[in-house]
Amino acid sequence: MKLTLWTYEGPPHVGAMRVATAMKDLQLVLHGPQGDTYADLLFTMIERRNARPPVSFSTFEASHMGTDTAILLKDALAAAHARYKPQAMAVALTCTAELLQDDPNGISRALGLPVPVVPLELPSYSRKENYGADETFRALVRALAVEMPRTPEVTCNLLGATALGFRHRDDVAEVTKLLATMGIKVNVCAPMGASPDDLRKLGQAHFNVLMYPETGESAARHLERACKQPFTKVVPIGVGATRDFLAEVSKITGLPVVTDESTLRQPWWSASVDSTYLTGKRVFIFGDGTHVIAAARIAAKEVGFEVVGMGCYNREMARPLRSAAAEYGLEALVTDDYLEVEKAIEAAAPELILGTQMERNIAKKLGLPCAVISAPVHVQDFPARYAPQMGFEGANVLFDTWVHPLVMGLEEHLLTMFREDFEFHDAAGASHHGGKAVAREETPVVPAAEAAPAATSDTPAAPSPVVDTPASGEIRWMPEAERELRKIPFFVRGKAKRNTELYAAHKGVCDITVETLYEAKAHYAR
Amino acid sequence: MSLDSPTFGCTDSPVRRERGQKAVFCGLTSIVWLHRKMQDAFFLVVGSRTCAHLLQAAAGVMIFAEPRFGTAVLEEQDLAGLADAHKELDREVAKLLERRPDIRQLFLVGSCPSEVLKLDLDRAAERLSGIHAPHVRVYSYTGSGLDTTFTQGEDTCLAAMVPTLETTQAEELLVVGALPDVVEDQCLSLLTQLGVGPVRMLPARRSDIEPAVGPNTRFILAQPFLGETAGALERRGAKRIVAPFPFGEEGTTLWLKAVADAYGVSAEKFEAVTAAPRARAKKAIAAHLETLNGKSLFMFPDSQLEIPLARFLARECGMKTTEIATPFLHKAIMAPDLALLPSNTALTEGQDLEAQLDRHEAINPDLTVCGLGLANPLEAKGHATKWAIELVFTPVHFYEQAGDLAGLFSRPLRRRALLNGGAA
Repeated sequence: MKLTLWTYEGPPHVGAMRVATAMKDLQLVLHGPQGDTYADLLFTMIERRNARPPVSFSTFEASHMGTDTAILLKDALAAAHARYKPQAMAVALTCTAELLQDDPNGISRALGLPVPVVPLELPSYSRKENYGADETFRALVRALAVEMPRTPEVTCNLLGATALGFRHRDDVAEVTKLLATMGIKVNVCAPMGASPDDLRKLGQAHFNVLMYPETGESAARHLERACKQPFTKVVPIGVGATRDFLAEVSKITGLPVVTDESTLRQPWWSASVDSTYLTGKRVFIFGDGTHVIAAARIAAKEVGFEVVGMGCYNREMARPLRSAAAEYGLEALVTDDYLEVEKAIEAAAPELILGTQMERNIAKKLGLPCAVISAPVHVQDFPARYAPQMGFEGANVLFDTWVHPLVMGLEEHLLTMFREDFEFHDAAGASHHGGKAVAREETPVVPAAEAAPAATSDTPAAPSPVVDTPASGEIRWMPEAERELRKIPFFVRGKAKRNTELYAAHKGVCDITVETLYEAKAHYAR
Repeated sequence: MSLDSPTFGCTDSPVRRERGQKAVFCGLTSIVWLHRKMQDAFFLVVGSRTCAHLLQAAAGVMIFAEPRFGTAVLEEQDLAGLADAHKELDREVAKLLERRPDIRQLFLVGSCPSEVLKLDLDRAAERLSGIHAPHVRVYSYTGSGLDTTFTQGEDTCLAAMVPTLETTQAEELLVVGALPDVVEDQCLSLLTQLGVGPVRMLPARRSDIEPAVGPNTRFILAQPFLGETAGALERRGAKRIVAPFPFGEEGTTLWLKAVADAYGVSAEKFEAVTAAPRARAKKAIAAHLETLNGKSLFMFPDSQLEIPLARFLARECGMKTTEIATPFLHKAIMAPDLALLPSNTALTEGQDLEAQLDRHEAINPDLTVCGLGLANPLEAKGHATKWAIELVFTPVHFYEQAGDLAGLFSRPLRRRALLNGGAA
């Protein structure tokens, strides 16, 4: 039993719904009580879908407990088939039905429906949403795809795009465009847009593009074995990764790399002098493993940030994430407890957070800028415009998305130069953002000598929002040093505080003075 | 009376009773407003990841302040031995109460899995009450989808509180049902002006102002979905004041009149207190009449507010009721509203979603009230819809909200007109 206040992932049957909803002519039947239908609204509201998810529910109640529930499931399967005439069906248990004795496999076989009915094993009490999507897709592919002759021209399948995915719609379009430039057609894109009959044709492709390991890896591995199709390992998010991806495709197909970088602006935007201020900005990255690994590479190598923390909520990606983190000298945070993430962010004192909607809230609480890079999705993650994450256009989109929340170059300098300005100050926030500008809280200006006479300058500073009261024996900020710290603009104050404390700890200094602050500054200068 | 005026009264109308796939929330969802209403309460669902996911999806918001609800998510090892589950629950509760010393009431909320596993939360609540008394009182109730639909979760919650209320001989009026604070204040002000009092609320905003109950207590429901709570109060000797629900000018007047009559308030006084707000309510509703009058209305089952709201929309806004469905029809509690509903209303209790969608398509109403899962798909098919959930998340009771309530239904129609280039 684990207390959960908020969860990054839903239960596995929601993953199954994401696969079914992305597809055409497939009907998913879920065996569960009333209330489980809540998940419909994720698709119709968050993603603004204009049709109900192709999901039927058996809807059992307390009075059906015992033998009746199996009959309800049988009836729901028959009714769903009669109404929707799907090419194939899938059937799964939700968490409550998992506790009953009903056997969906036996029930569907006994019904003898004229279409394949794929039973899904989704352990609700040990696995989560991404697993559910991945396993559902694998089971459907395993049931329907067979080895067959390849298409005469070089084609591939795009694997892993689902409903409620983070920008999956636009990523599919962008990757299709990338491959077309090399003369490669898409045989089937699945689950998104595919029918069960399309899944039967998966074997025709020469290779598979695994777009999202979270939701497509098991299917890709199955096809590698069953249809002898190699699959791509590089996820093309970022300029470097996109080029690597195309090189990998070239290696698999033997076709030369052909690219059209005429609309790729990110490298020059990054190199232009206006972006100098981005250098070494401390960034904390959290989300699903794939997007975090990709974002870290872009942050460190394409935008010139310093990655100071990274982690993912999906344990399935722990291993690749840990090895990616090691490249930046970091230890990966693998947790689905947002309170732990919040703690790690506070400790890392970043200047920018790249995360999920939850990290956006954490950022708001801590007063830090943030950009969203990963599911779980929010209605804002389904923009009306074209906004892929993958490919060259994706790289452009990411640059804009990450830089926009920051205080811009010249503004940063002005804030640093004129710290006492009553209108244009830290608490007012970046000038290009919405929100009401707040007047600075006026603190009486007291001459330093008067406020902190030499005789008492050894006493620790009073508790304040800037520095915590330390326990005895720990590092303490002297009043003058704390005042000096306050003069540092908010977007670098966290870094200055942290560096100074680290430096003090390293030097065995307990009382931080103005001198310590500037010694630390010199020490960490770059 | 002109020939096309509707006749009223559905008291003896046939009710279509359906079962099948439902597009409704389970009772856990009521935690979304209960946890904000009771400011020193924490709601701990004992359930699955699905329960936790439902709550955050239904709340539609992320957590800015730490919420006063959470889910003790059952894991594989909890399914094996139940003795362990109780120990684990004790541990999680202890951790929680340590972190939240401001919590004075803890509700253990049963779910579908906890019910199927026969996890005895009543016993757990008793045990935990013993451990954490007197600082924290622990209750248990079910929000399981096996037994409860959406707002019924508030009913099972309040019903669980009733047996623990202190006994009193005082002559007090108890207003039952969680109301938004602004509405509660207006309600109390109207009753005070009528000279009715003392008035207590269930649920109270804090446990230290919790009401007492006894043979001299009279109570009136402010929400229509509280049948079990009403029964529990009657078992404690309290007498129910029967009235239509306080939606719209007419509903509010009849509701207040029922209380006034029980307290022997003179007709003059009643008129003096209600005349001005009644006029305001009528004026505010009138602003929406042009949009709503003569339009047909279909309601999918959702919150049990359907019958009183259909009554308001038909009688005060001139809408034509077609099918009005409710998840559960408590005939005794609904009687005064049923008596006022147009007699040609087609009443449905329960749901068989696909069949109902077919009927809806055939009727093709001007306005459809439905849940969030159905709204966009129906809009895409050309139907104007109103999300039902907004009706429980918006102040809609009593005089000053009557115009806002009408506005919730007229806005989708006005918006369609605007987007279609028409004047609104």
